[in-house]
Amino acid sequence: MFELSKDHEDFRRVVRDFAQAEVEPHIAQWTREHHFPTDLVPKMGDLGLFGLVVPEEFGGAGADFTSLCVAIEELGRVDQSIGITLSAGVGLGINPILTYGSQAQKEQWLPDLVAGRALAGFGLTEPDAGSDAAATRTKARLDGDQWVVDGAKAFITNSGTDITSVVTVTARTGTLDDGRPEISAIMIPSGTTGFTVEPAYDKLGWHVSDTHGLTFAGCRVPADNLLGERGQGFKQFLKTLDDGRIAISALALGCIERMLAETTAYAKTRTAFGRPIGVNQGVAFPIADLAVMAEAARNLTYKAAWLKDEHEAGRRTSSEVKQAASIAKLYSTEAANTATRIATQVFGGNGFMEEYPVARFHRDAKILEIGEGTSEVQRMVIARHLGLPAA
Amino acid sequence: MNIVVCVKYVPDAQSDRTFNESDNTTDRVGVDGLLSELDEYAVEEALKLVEAGEGEVTVVTVGPDQAADALKKALQMGADKAVHVKDDAIHGSDAVATSLVLAEAIKKIGSPDLVITGMASTDGTMSVVPAMLAERLGLPQVTFASELSIDGSTVTIRRDGDAASETIVATLPALVSVTDQINEPRFPSFKGIMAAKKKPVEEWALADLGVDASQVGLEAAWSKVESFTKRPPREQGQIVTDDGDGGTKLAEFLYAQKFV
Repeated sequence: MFELSKDHEDFRRVVRDFAQAEVEPHIAQWTREHHFPTDLVPKMGDLGLFGLVVPEEFGGAGADFTSLCVAIEELGRVDQSIGITLSAGVGLGINPILTYGSQAQKEQWLPDLVAGRALAGFGLTEPDAGSDAAATRTKARLDGDQWVVDGAKAFITNSGTDITSVVTVTARTGTLDDGRPEISAIMIPSGTTGFTVEPAYDKLGWHVSDTHGLTFAGCRVPADNLLGERGQGFKQFLKTLDDGRIAISALALGCIERMLAETTAYAKTRTAFGRPIGVNQGVAFPIADLAVMAEAARNLTYKAAWLKDEHEAGRRTSSEVKQAASIAKLYSTEAANTATRIATQVFGGNGFMEEYPVARFHRDAKILEIGEGTSEVQRMVIARHLGLPAA
Repeated sequence: MNIVVCVKYVPDAQSDRTFNESDNTTDRVGVDGLLSELDEYAVEEALKLVEAGEGEVTVVTVGPDQAADALKKALQMGADKAVHVKDDAIHGSDAVATSLVLAEAIKKIGSPDLVITGMASTDGTMSVVPAMLAERLGLPQVTFASELSIDGSTVTIRRDGDAASETIVATLPALVSVTDQINEPRFPSFKGIMAAKKKPVEEWALADLGVDASQVGLEAAWSKVESFTKRPPREQGQIVTDDGDGGTKLAEFLYAQKFV
C-alpha cells in the first residue's frame, strides 16, 4: 500500500540515470539561453516516456498512469522545464488524441508522438478565457468540407518547437439552445496556412520549456480534423485536466525532493562561525519541514495516481479521482513554493545565484500553483465536492 | 551471430566502498551494487551486432545473489538470456579462478561466435580476466577495442595506444574486450524493463560446470589481500597568506608538487 511496485522503482532508477546523464550537464546552459532541447525529445522517446500510457499498437508500453508520474517526478527533480515538456507532451498532446481520436487520427499522429519524433500541443487558454472555458472566443465554422478557424490561444506548451506536428484547439462551433456556446476540439497541423505561432513568451521561469501564443486567421483544415464529437470539446477538456493535475503534482513533488536533497547536503557542508550551518535549529527545522512536505506530497500524488489507475480498471469513480487530483495538486504545488523559499533561505546569498540550482527551481515553482487550474480553482473543486453551495 | 557477454556486479563507485573485516574481500553485500559501467559498453556492442544481423546475446556473471541485479540490467537493455553462476565456494576467488568458472560456463552455454567483455571491472580494475578467459577457451584475444566490426568470419578492432592506433584482425570465434570509447550504452526503455521480467535466467552452481570447489575461492587464490587500512580523511589544504609574494609562493607550491 505504501510502496510503489518493483517495476516502478526499476523504472525510476532508469529515468534518474537518464536525467543525470542527458539533462543535468546541460541544464544551466539551456536555461541561460532559453533553449528548448529538441534533440532530447527523441531520446526521451527511446526511453519510452511518451508512450507509457499508450497501447502497444501505437508504439506505446501500455503501462499505468503511475509510471508516468514516476517519470515526471524524476525529470522534475533535475529540471522542471523538462518535466513539464513530458507532462504536457503526454497529457495535453497525446492523451486527447488517444482518448477521443478516430482510428485514422490515432494512426496518423500517435506513432511519431510516442517515438519523440514529434510533439503536440493543446490550445484551450485564450487571452480572455482560461478555466472559464465557456468564454472561449476562437471560432470555427464549417465551409464545405473544411473548418475555418479564427481566433487566438495563449500560453500553449510545446506548440512552437521544430518538431511540433499538431495543436488541438477548442473553438466555438455554434450556439446551443440555451444560449451557451457549443465548444468542439479541432486539430490544426503545424504549418497550416493562417496558423501563426507567435514568438516565445518571456517567462518568469520554465525557461527551457516551449510556450507560445497562437493566432488563427482564416485557417482551413479538413472537416475530419474534428477531434471527438462536435460539441464535446469542453467536457473532453475537463477530463484532460484531471489527469494533468496529478501530473503537475508529481512535478511539484520532484521539486520538493530536490530542495530537500540540496538543502540537506548544503547544511552539512557549508560552515559559518566554524561549524556546519545544519547545527543551527533555525536551519535544521525548516529542512525537517521539507522532509514532511516531500512525504505528504508523495503520498497525495501517488494516491491520486493509484485512484486514476483503479478508475481506468472500473474500480473507482471519476469523482473520487477528480477530488484526489485537486487535493494533490493544491497541496504539492503550494508546498513546492514553500520549499523553494526555504531552500533559497538556507542557501543564503548563494541561493540568489544562478551558480546553484535552487534559484532556477525558485523561479520555476510559481507556475505550478497556476497551470492546470490555479490553487483557487482547486479549492473551488474541492469545496464543491464537499457539497458546499456553488455560486 | 551468438554472443556471450561477461558482466560483473560491482559496488557502486558513488557510495562508500569497503572490505569485509573478516577475510579482507570486497564487501559486496553491505553496499549498493550495480552492473559495472565498463561492462555496459560490452552489452551495448553485443546488442548492436545482433540487431544489425541476427542471433542472440547471452549475459553471464559469476557472483553472489545480488549479482542478479547486474544480469537484470543487461536484460533490460535488451540481452536475450542470462546465466548466473553462484556458489558459496566461489567467495573470495581471484581472477584466475573467476576465469576458470566463466570459461566453463561459456562452454556450457554453447559455442558462441564472439565473447565480449568490458576492459576491466570498476572494482578490481585488474583487466586480466579477458586474457585469461581467451586462453582457457582457446580463442584469439583481441583486447581494448575502441572500434569493432565483423566481416564474415573475421573481427576487426581498433586499439588506441599512447603512441599509435593499431588495427587488429582475428578469425571468429574470438574474445574481444571493449573500452569506454566504443559506443554510448543505451538506457533500458520501459518496455525493456517489462520484457526483462520474462527472459530466462539460469542459475548454475560449480557442480553444474564440473568445477571442483578446491579450484576456486579464497583458499585457492594465488594472491590475497593481507590487510587494508581506510584512506585517511583529506587534510585541510595549505593556506597561503598573500603578503605581496602570494604569486611566488603559489608557483613554489605547484613546482614542489611537480604540477608545473
